[in-house]
Amino acid sequence: MDMLGLGLVVLCGALLLVLPWFKRKGAPRLRPIPALTRLYRAVGLSVEDGTRLLVGLGGESLLAKSGAAALAGLGVLREVTKRTSVGDSPPMAVAGESALALLAQDTLQAGYQSVGAVEYFQPMTGRLAGMTPFSSAAGTMPLMADENVSAAVLAGHFGLESALLADAAERGRVLLVGSTDDPPAQAALYAAAGEVLIGEELFAAPAYLGAGPAHAASLTIQDFLRWMIIIALVSGTALKLFGII
Amino acid sequence: MQIVALVLAVGTGMLILVGYFVPAFAPVQSVLLRWAIILSGAAAVLGVFNLVLVHANKISAREKGSGYSGVLIIGLFATFVFGLAIGPSHPGMRLLISAVVIPVESTLMALLAVTLLYASVRLLRRRGNAMTWVFIGTTVLMLVASATLPFGEIGALTNFLHPWLQHVLAMGGARGILIGMALGTLTTGLRVLVGADRPYGVK
Repeated sequence: MDMLGLGLVVLCGALLLVLPWFKRKGAPRLRPIPALTRLYRAVGLSVEDGTRLLVGLGGESLLAKSGAAALAGLGVLREVTKRTSVGDSPPMAVAGESALALLAQDTLQAGYQSVGAVEYFQPMTGRLAGMTPFSSAAGTMPLMADENVSAAVLAGHFGLESALLADAAERGRVLLVGSTDDPPAQAALYAAAGEVLIGEELFAAPAYLGAGPAHAASLTIQDFLRWMIIIALVSGTALKLFGII
Repeated sequence: MQIVALVLAVGTGMLILVGYFVPAFAPVQSVLLRWAIILSGAAAVLGVFNLVLVHANKISAREKGSGYSGVLIIGLFATFVFGLAIGPSHPGMRLLISAVVIPVESTLMALLAVTLLYASVRLLRRRGNAMTWVFIGTTVLMLVASATLPFGEIGALTNFLHPWLQHVLAMGGARGILIGMALGTLTTGLRVLVGADRPYGVK
């Protein structure tokens, strides 16, 4: 039995249950991430000028190893829906995998429900764009030009095809905030997208959009674990350097 | 109903997680994962139904590009009927994949090379800071070091700079990014597991 792994999961789970109680009062203090600041503004602007926000969730199944990226994308979708549900053009979500497309519809509906505007929910705003990464990209690209979209977020597992989406956004004068859990695709998005989230910033996005104390608490846990890993790496290097291990 | 969904999701998630650490729970984990795969298959059918509905709506509303939607629906039904009639392993069905789907996707992949080159140029205009120059400089350096040059290899570049960039800087950076994403994955999964984040639509 892997006791260290189990202990780590139990510790993090316990912290996740306890920390939100301390974070309930006041807004969480978060370091500024320019891409998310621009996205936050774009969400507000889209309501004011009656344009639409597009959220791409990627094409990875929740059963696959990149499922967590899709969950983070659903978190972004929920926050975007809450904030734009009263606008003239409802937000739209596209996925490259069937189960994810169904979850996107469910998340959109929950977002409307949470602000008491479920009657404005349109099921067709959550859709499957294609069944393979490139067909999904091909299905999403025309939406940037045809659906009155002012800003688009890619939050999930995207491969290099995300550069094609970024190019379509550029041509349609759409602000694209790109994030993926695939490092080569992050490099492509760095070059092609208007704004890009690198590494774990994808998982922090819902907290920056106001997802609540549980999301802020998970950022604290990530920081704590990151420092533990840094200490372990530096100590290990020092011990190895001095020939102790 | 929402409480039932929450209890089911949290309970199932906990059982699957425990299955990774306690061998006695591994058979339960295996059964639950098999159920998830079956449900995922059913979702695939619903997803295709959603795709057809979206494009049928586009056609009925005579939206811009509805001709392409028509091609998609005809193609989808033709492939479905063809597949039912002759079976998915028939050479005709394989030809459909190798002669239509793969070439189209390869074309998009080729387009990607041009798109990325153009994006790199645009990057200088959009974000002309020091990091952009480092990014583009590194890309050019790696390309030159990997390419077969007409005048042979550049010794210092091929033998020292390229491996050092690839195995020290790039590998170190990639590992840092991967550790960060692993931590994000852990907390995201745990949020769902303790019911703090509910992607299954419960308020």
